[in-house]
Order: sequence, then C-alpha cells, then structure tokens
Amino acid sequence: MLLDVQDITTFYGGSQALFGVEFRMAEGEVVALMGRNGMGKSTTIKSICNLMPPRSGRIFFDGKETLRQPPHKVARLGVGLVPEGRRCFPNLSVYENLVAAARPGRWTLERVNDLFPRLAERRDQMARSLSGGEQQMLAVGRALMTNPRLLILDEATEGLAPVIRQDIWRAIRTLKDDGLSILVVDKTLSELLPVADRCVVLENGRTVWAGTPDTLSAELQDRYLGI
Amino acid sequence: MKRETIINLVLAALLLAVPFIAQAMGQTFTITLATRIAILALAATGLNIALGLGGLVSFGHAAFFGVGGYVAGILSAHAFSGEPMVLGFEGTRQMLIVWLVAITAAGLLGLLIGVISLRTSGVYFIMITLAFAQMVYYFAISWPAYGGEDGLSIAVRNQFPGVNSMRPLNFFLICYGVLIVGLVLSALIKASRFGAALQAVRQNEVRVASIGISPMPIRLTAFVISAMLTAVAGALFADLNRFVSPSMLSWHMSGELIVLIILGGTGRLMGPVAGAALYVILEYLLGGLTERWQFFLGLILLGTVLFARGGVIGLLAGKVRHG
Repeated sequence: MLLDVQDITTFYGGSQALFGVEFRMAEGEVVALMGRNGMGKSTTIKSICNLMPPRSGRIFFDGKETLRQPPHKVARLGVGLVPEGRRCFPNLSVYENLVAAARPGRWTLERVNDLFPRLAERRDQMARSLSGGEQQMLAVGRALMTNPRLLILDEATEGLAPVIRQDIWRAIRTLKDDGLSILVVDKTLSELLPVADRCVVLENGRTVWAGTPDTLSAELQDRYLGI
Repeated sequence: MKRETIINLVLAALLLAVPFIAQAMGQTFTITLATRIAILALAATGLNIALGLGGLVSFGHAAFFGVGGYVAGILSAHAFSGEPMVLGFEGTRQMLIVWLVAITAAGLLGLLIGVISLRTSGVYFIMITLAFAQMVYYFAISWPAYGGEDGLSIAVRNQFPGVNSMRPLNFFLICYGVLIVGLVLSALIKASRFGAALQAVRQNEVRVASIGISPMPIRLTAFVISAMLTAVAGALFADLNRFVSPSMLSWHMSGELIVLIILGGTGRLMGPVAGAALYVILEYLLGGLTERWQFFLGLILLGTVLFARGGVIGLLAGKVRHG
C-alpha cells in the first residue's frame, strides 16, 4: 500500500475540520478525493503533507509513518503537491522554479518540457508574468521535478480556460499511463471520473463513501456532491 | 546582450580603467579610492548573497569583516615580531595564507552565528546578528594583546606571490582580481540550483518545504559563504590601511554594508560595486565640503528607497529583478 490514511482528525486552532478521514491508495492508482466545498478535501491533503498536522490518527506513506516528519521530509519521501491556487515562486523564472525543486529520478527538465512545451517557451520568464494556465503547468511541472511517487493535485483546473483545462487533463492522463499514483481533487466530474480508479467521498470532515467510479451512482452524486 | 549585462561590464571596465588613468596622471590618492571601492564592493558582494538572494538582513556582517581584518593584522604582527602564536605558529605575511585563515575563521564564526540566529526571522534575526557582532566588537576592545581600543598596526603590507603589493596600482589589481572572483562566485551561486532554492526560500518557506527543501541548511550555507567572502574583504581592508581597529567590527560598518547594497541594487550582481563606488565618491566629494556629508547620503538613501528600489543598477537597467 502506498498511502494509508487512518482515522485522522485535524484542527484549525480550536475549530475541528476533520473528524475521521480514512482511505488507502495502492501504487499506480488514481484516486479522486471528492466532496462539496468545505468538506475537508484540502485539509486532508495538507494533513497528508504534514502542512497541517493531524491531532490524532495515523498516516503511512510506503509503510513509513509521516506524522512526526517535517513537511520537507514528507515531500522527500515522494509526496509531490500541486497546491490549490497555483502557488509558484513569483519572482523566480520558470527555469528557476523547476530546478529549485529538482531531485534525481525519471522526471527531468526535458521530460517536463515535453509534457508542457509552453514551459520551455517561457523558460526565462518570471513566474508572476505567466498566465493562470501556464502557472498551473509550472506548478505541476515543479511537483514532477521532485520525482514523486504520489502526485497530489488540489483543484488543478479550477478557474482555467477550457482549452487550458484540456491540456492539464491530457497531462494527468499521460501521467496515469506512465504509472504515477495520483490523488486528485477536482470539481469537473466529467473529466475526473474517467481518469479515476477509485473515488473517496468526504462529508463534514469524514469519509462517507469509497468505491469505483462506475458505482458512484447519480443518487450518491446528488447526495454527496450536490450535483 | 541584456542591458544589465552591458551596464555591469561598463562598470567593471570603468573601475579597472580609473586607477591606470590616475597612475598616468600621478594621482596616487585616486588609486587608493578605487581600491577602497573594490574592497567595500567585495564585502557587500558577500553580504548580498545572504541579503539579496536569501533575504537575510544581517546586521552583523561587520563581525566577519573585522575578523578578516584582525586575522591579517595578527598574523602580520607575529610574523614581523617573530613572537610565536598558539601551537608555535609564527604568523605569516603571505596574503594567500592570510585569506585562507580569514575564510576559515569567518566560516566557523558564521556557522556559529548562523545556527543560532537563523532559527529566528525578521527583526529578531537582525537583532541577534547585531548582538553577536557587538560581542565580537567588545571582545576586540578588551583584548590588549592586539591593541584593544587603539587597534593594531601592520608595519608592512602583506605580500602576494610575484607582486610588489606596496605599489598602489599593484595592490588595487590584487583587490580587483579578488572582487572579480567574488562576483563570479556570486553569479554562479545565483544561477545554480542552490541559488534558485535560496531565492525560493526567501519567497515562501512553506511552499519550499512542500517541494522537499528544508530552509535551514540552504540559509545556513548562504550565510557562511557570505561571511567568508566578507572576511577576505576585511583582510584586504586591513592591508589597505595597514591598520586594523575595533571600528571594523562596529555596527556602523554593518550598516554601511547594507547601505552600499541598497544604493547599488539589492540582489543585483553589480549592485555592491555600484553602491560602493557611489558611497566612496560621495564620501570624497561631499566630505571635502562638509563634515556632515552623511546627511546628504541619508537623503540619497531615502530617495533610493522611495523612488528607485532597484538602486543605481535598477535605475539604469530598468525592471527590478527582485521584488
């Protein structure tokens, strides 16, 4: 098992956000983490990366417990995060953003540039001057440069133009075909469900449903996703 | 070629040309001014690695500058008197050895100060670095063996292989050569993966952690390299004046180095050179008119901070690279 999240509870100060989230991911699997806004998806991701350490419960990555590890060590174990809101380093060039994150492995600058040719075209441009879509490509590219075993995408296509969204989804499918494990949060079910191997649904900070996309019925979607 | 690169090359060429012209005109004092510019630029280039790239506002770099100066002074004094130091070492008058010892001493001191001060940030970091520098300053004052408050004279300038360092132009060329090495090192750091990570740490620590970079080792390495480079400048400064005193360790000196960087352009490769040139020229020109020349420097600094945040280089080259 690559990722094993066991009954975690996480708090923002005195306010509890997660009340018992649990799910598991196998190597090479794509898991869609779903739920309406404010149900705990981003908090779960922050907890996995230890950016928001859970107060109780346990998280194992490749058999190693991550809770007592600082965030940079969790990342070094192989957890690559593409955070919500395309958080690049604005005053660094595209090239600098990518090489700053680089760790040895299959993903090199050339492969990232092949996946997103636009990044190669914008090599020396400051990240702050990129379009939203290009910044998102850079955020994905930067996470890939860390050579993760698990890529976490938090709302990677939110607020992007439809054409750019297609580019991002195409990249995600390529990464899946390449055998990369991906935990993805996204609202576009028409794109998300075909690419996911399994879905995990959160409601009010708890895991309420888990299964394959074909068993996520219209009734369940209506109940948990408000669609 | 980028506009900033052209400006950098012109500035480097100007600094090299002026002493030769001064030599031809018999103006030795101008060579000394150019040497002073090169040395202060080297010290500020060191600080610029920590401050410009890493965002570490060290108010204690005078400690490294002064340590470099005292290493030059102490080694030279023992070599001159023949009186052995610790472990029977008789001192040296060779600049290359002096620089090596200065780099080692400042590196160790930088490591000690960095390990403690880099656990803090913002105003606390500024205050801790200042406190450490003041500790070194008061230690120098209360150390009578090496002149205490009066400082220590260097009877004859230290030697460089194959060069008569007593000739002003030769000594300038030594300082200029070291400055160029320092600038190349600074440029290489900036262009490297380490430099990118250092700038990323400056921009957002949490984001950096999420890509597997621990901010502390990156910052500490930058701080130590920065200290080492500043110490070499200190050793050269002591050789220029043939005198070293606790004033090299005072907080005024730390402030002066920060002012040089702000005037020239924070984070810009040649910012320290432009800043040092402006500072020394102002000191010479305005200092001849009034004792209170620093009042006018203050006005210029105010103008730079308010209207030209990229400093002289930013003003000439346009767009500010580091915000």
